[in-house]
Amino acid sequence: MKKIYILWLRQIKKYLRSKSRIVGSLGQPLLFLIALGYGLNSVFQQAGQGSYLNFLSPGIIAMSIIFTSIFSGMEVIWDRQFGFLKETLAAPISRFNIMIGRTLGGATVATMQGIIVMFISLLFGFRPVSWINMIPAIGIMFIIALLFTSLGTMIASLLEDMQGFHLIMNFLVMPIFFFSGAIFPLQGLPKVLVIIVRINPLSYGIDALRILLINVGHYGLGIDTIVLLSVTLIFLWLGSHFFKKIQI
Amino acid sequence: MNTIIEVKSLTKKFDGLTAVDNVSFNVETGEIFAFLGPNGAGKSTTIKMLTTLLRPSSGNIIVNGHDPVNHPDAVRRSFGIVFQDPSLDEDLTAWENMEIHGVLYDVPSSTLKQKSEELLKFVDLWSRKDNFVKEFSGGMKRRLEIARGLLHLPKIIFLDEPTLGLDPQTRNHIWAYVRDLNKNAGTTVFFTTHYMEEADKIAQRIAIIDHGKIIAIGTSNDLKKQTNTNSLEDAFLALTGSTIREEAVNPNDRMRKMHKMWRK
Repeated sequence: MKKIYILWLRQIKKYLRSKSRIVGSLGQPLLFLIALGYGLNSVFQQAGQGSYLNFLSPGIIAMSIIFTSIFSGMEVIWDRQFGFLKETLAAPISRFNIMIGRTLGGATVATMQGIIVMFISLLFGFRPVSWINMIPAIGIMFIIALLFTSLGTMIASLLEDMQGFHLIMNFLVMPIFFFSGAIFPLQGLPKVLVIIVRINPLSYGIDALRILLINVGHYGLGIDTIVLLSVTLIFLWLGSHFFKKIQI
Repeated sequence: MNTIIEVKSLTKKFDGLTAVDNVSFNVETGEIFAFLGPNGAGKSTTIKMLTTLLRPSSGNIIVNGHDPVNHPDAVRRSFGIVFQDPSLDEDLTAWENMEIHGVLYDVPSSTLKQKSEELLKFVDLWSRKDNFVKEFSGGMKRRLEIARGLLHLPKIIFLDEPTLGLDPQTRNHIWAYVRDLNKNAGTTVFFTTHYMEEADKIAQRIAIIDHGKIIAIGTSNDLKKQTNTNSLEDAFLALTGSTIREEAVNPNDRMRKMHKMWRK
């Protein structure tokens, strides 16, 4: 337990110390909030859907979480290149526990990032239906973060270096974000899109956040939570499976 | 004496290249054993297989009664290691690096504080304990790696070119400590080095490896006699020839550069 804790603490310390990373990763969500949130607000309202900024904010919160968590998971690659991974792999701690410590750390960092974005969107005019619901929403954010940190670890275990970075970014992370309902409602989509959105685990995360924060939903909170939790467990298992295979 | 490390017909192939080729040797409990060889001879690859970081292509290894492939956790509990290349977390302070190591290796927290202080003073880094490792010079990082590697008391300690890039004062200082550890705690020491005089002075037995094969093994005197030379360095050269070896290109250096740009 103490070993998992110290690996978790390491991620948190590194995150809190890299101010440029915190500020830097707020740029993109801000851009989306301002450009899309204000830009499409009137069109959205004319279509009778209410405030687009309100609708968009949970999606942007989720966006900052998946970006941060996938790359926290992928930090395994840096640790391998810088050698610190060896220090943990040669130590008397099981690979599974190393993976758990790192993943919890990465997921905590991503959740903190999500919370920051949530407060920023409040500044821009986002209004949740209930302030109390922000607490379970943070729980959902943490599950989303756990899921995608495991995915990042899985990817990192399969890659030798950061060469594949753009590939992952453009063919995995971006599609997961754009095909999740983060920026559009799930009603009335073309058939193909419906299927893609339905197999994307992030869709359920964003749906759950919307139900809690703005009381608009598609799948229902029960289904969202069940899908999120089971996919998270599967990804944690897969992540640790691949992590165990790492050789230096 | 008991055998603590037993290696039989150990082989490691990396697509097409045989890095370690049918190597067999034993290390006895409480022994100081040197593993010498030119660059790219297979020293580090062998150490990685002994320490559970790499799986052998074939052959058998027993470390402290356990097989690193099937019982990695049992093997990991029996050794400590100072790696040849960096393995510190540069975004943390010297003290934090010591702390993580201590926790990972089950050092009780009271011992951890006291021993870390003692070792950081020993390598002359106590005044810099709260500085980030990225601000350290190469030699300081190396000293910190050594201090960290000595934090817990393992049965076996692997030192992969531990003194590379250190001045003679520090080198002597560190080897004296390792010798004490061997004498007082009975720690088995397995080390590699390019400084022949270190091996000559400290090792009880020496194995020389070249092109993945062990070409000679014995005491320093055995090797000198076998080659009819007066110093271990001459014996080494007589055994391994004097051509300069090219090591495989290391992609890590480029990565490090990239990472630095990335961070800014």
